[in-house]
Amino acid sequence: MRQISRHLLLWVAVSLGYAAMSQADSPAAELQVRIAYLAYIPDTGPLLSNVIPEPTDAGRRGAELAITDSNSTGRFLKHAYSLDVAEHDDSASLLAAATALHGQGVRLFVVNAPAPTLRQLSQALGDSLLINAGSADDKLRQSECLANVLHTLPSRAMLADALAQFLTVRKWSRWLLITGPTEDDQAYAAALRRAAKRFGHQIVAEKAWSFDNDQRRSAQAEMPLFTQTKEYDVVLVADERGDFGEYLPYQTWYPRPVAGTQGLTPTGWHKTVETYGAAQLQKRFEAHAQRWMNDRDFAAWLGVRSIASAVSKLRQSDAKAIRALALSDQLPLDGFKGRKLSFRSWNGQLRQPIPLVQPRALVSNSPQDGFLHPSSELDSLGYDAPEVSCNLAAAAP
Amino acid sequence: MRIALLAASISLALASTSSLAATAYVSNEKDDSISVIDLASMEVSATLEVGMRPRGLLLSSDNKLLYICASDSDRVQVMDLATRKIIKELPSGADPEQFALHRNDRWLYISNEDDALVTVVDTQSDEVLAQIDVGVEPEGMAVSPDGKWAVNTSETTNMLHWIDTSNQTLVDNTLVDQRPRHVEFDADGKRLWASAEIGGTVSVIDVANRQIEKVLTFQIKGVHPDKVQPVGVKLSADGKLAFVALGPANHVAVVDAKTYEVLDYLLVGRRVWHMAFTPDQSQLLTTNGVSGDVSVIDMQSLKVTKSIKVGRYPWGVVVTP
Repeated sequence: MRQISRHLLLWVAVSLGYAAMSQADSPAAELQVRIAYLAYIPDTGPLLSNVIPEPTDAGRRGAELAITDSNSTGRFLKHAYSLDVAEHDDSASLLAAATALHGQGVRLFVVNAPAPTLRQLSQALGDSLLINAGSADDKLRQSECLANVLHTLPSRAMLADALAQFLTVRKWSRWLLITGPTEDDQAYAAALRRAAKRFGHQIVAEKAWSFDNDQRRSAQAEMPLFTQTKEYDVVLVADERGDFGEYLPYQTWYPRPVAGTQGLTPTGWHKTVETYGAAQLQKRFEAHAQRWMNDRDFAAWLGVRSIASAVSKLRQSDAKAIRALALSDQLPLDGFKGRKLSFRSWNGQLRQPIPLVQPRALVSNSPQDGFLHPSSELDSLGYDAPEVSCNLAAAAP
Repeated sequence: MRIALLAASISLALASTSSLAATAYVSNEKDDSISVIDLASMEVSATLEVGMRPRGLLLSSDNKLLYICASDSDRVQVMDLATRKIIKELPSGADPEQFALHRNDRWLYISNEDDALVTVVDTQSDEVLAQIDVGVEPEGMAVSPDGKWAVNTSETTNMLHWIDTSNQTLVDNTLVDQRPRHVEFDADGKRLWASAEIGGTVSVIDVANRQIEKVLTFQIKGVHPDKVQPVGVKLSADGKLAFVALGPANHVAVVDAKTYEVLDYLLVGRRVWHMAFTPDQSQLLTTNGVSGDVSVIDMQSLKVTKSIKVGRYPWGVVVTP
């Protein structure tokens, strides 16, 4: 699934002039809560499948809506939330902007950036709380946890496990795995391999898409031969940028479905999620942003909402106190996903159901029935406590 | 002799029907209809077409009129139960979900889910008397028995909003657990029960100071705590028992309304939403959204005695004598 914008606007710590701000500036508030949204979205380079552009403001619009939502509670508690936005097209200037905000006293950040940038920010903003709404990197949740970072975006392992559980239910256990050339594609493929092993699937063949095939043929024409391997039940594709994967459905050698980054896709959020009150969130978001809410918007929305829910409960905005409450089991969060959400104490990942979607319909929701877990079925998705070398709750922030 | 016997049997028949002749009305959210259940035969006797996405239902104090929140039609419909025709539509504001009628039988307090408003409509003049700003996604609505308070819950703001009905203004707020869905006053108006769907709790609030007095939690063997999601609350008229519908936990909790001890959990249909007593309090009906049926709980034995198939996604329920 391609989330990356290619036409990035340069925003330098722009304060937003929308309604919530006037409330936020109101002198009547007893507690002013400043949250900064930091974004650096690298250019993905030229893509084969570039017909339908992705929104360039994914993430920020979710954070903005969450500020408005949070001020609705804040208004009655005399808490005022405001958002500082820093969107940059290189990592270094984002770091500089973040440091400047930190200098002004900001200690709460929602970050939409790749893992290396997030690591730098985590170090530079040491005494702050960062919520990762941009990187699905598994290492950040497994072996290289950052003590002051929580994650609202699902990890690749969670997405892959959600898909693999559904494929178990459908008994589609023989996979052809096609992987793109980028590091992100390799990481997505690694998550799929892990999920295959976890849930007893068999990868009957693996192919790397390099596009150095016969250049006189189009991608569509390439696919039937490219997918001619030992027989499979389903084609799994790892193409996070959305370069070639869109050309796989209906072009496979065997008449089989496609899943992964294209076709049937596991994601944190999608337009077709509507139950459990989600329809109301979708409507509010669409009125605010004039477009559909995607998984980045949702992760940023939930990042701000997590902070605000903790502030409402604590009646203060200290980053360490919020972190400690989030990592305890005392902060149930409402994410419109049919059950309360909470952060895993071992790696700070938000546990959450994962919708499986096709472009215009919700296909299923994982965890699937029957995948049991001793403490929470939601922990059957992603890295569980025994598989993780971090212990965030015990680590000093 | 024969006549006397006949008369006796007729009066017997009348007596037995009068206690059982109640009629239940159930709104079917995805069928745009109301199922009418004859509680003597325990069968659906009619299905009435209404506006789009009907959810909240309530009755006028004389049980002659049925008010229906037709959420996607953005209006409240009024049905004359004698003719079963819609006699008028009230200006409700957008997306009405739940509502409550003041004891004066005129002021209807409606929560407008999409607009963060409570709209007050006069049911006789059809005028909008007030629109009151509340939190995001207003849902539950109740008016105190003495008519002094109207209380609204807002699902995203996580608050109860206290509206003074004498001047229709918001005067206080009580922070409760995540996603408050429903509020219910007890018979003497001293306490307010508020369910929190995501928090998994029911808060009992002292109306005098609007502070939380007790927070109830629920544990059902074999059901994961995350699936315990309280929605509807009903209190028995004698003030002894409270019933809490636990959503996807598929159970109704029976609570001692004095000691707040949970006495039992009754298995009903899937995703149980709202409830209503029969007028004689002998039975409690529950709407079960996902299984598309109504469960009947016998109040004497506290057992589920029957389930009745209705339309798709039954939501609200009321019962007339």
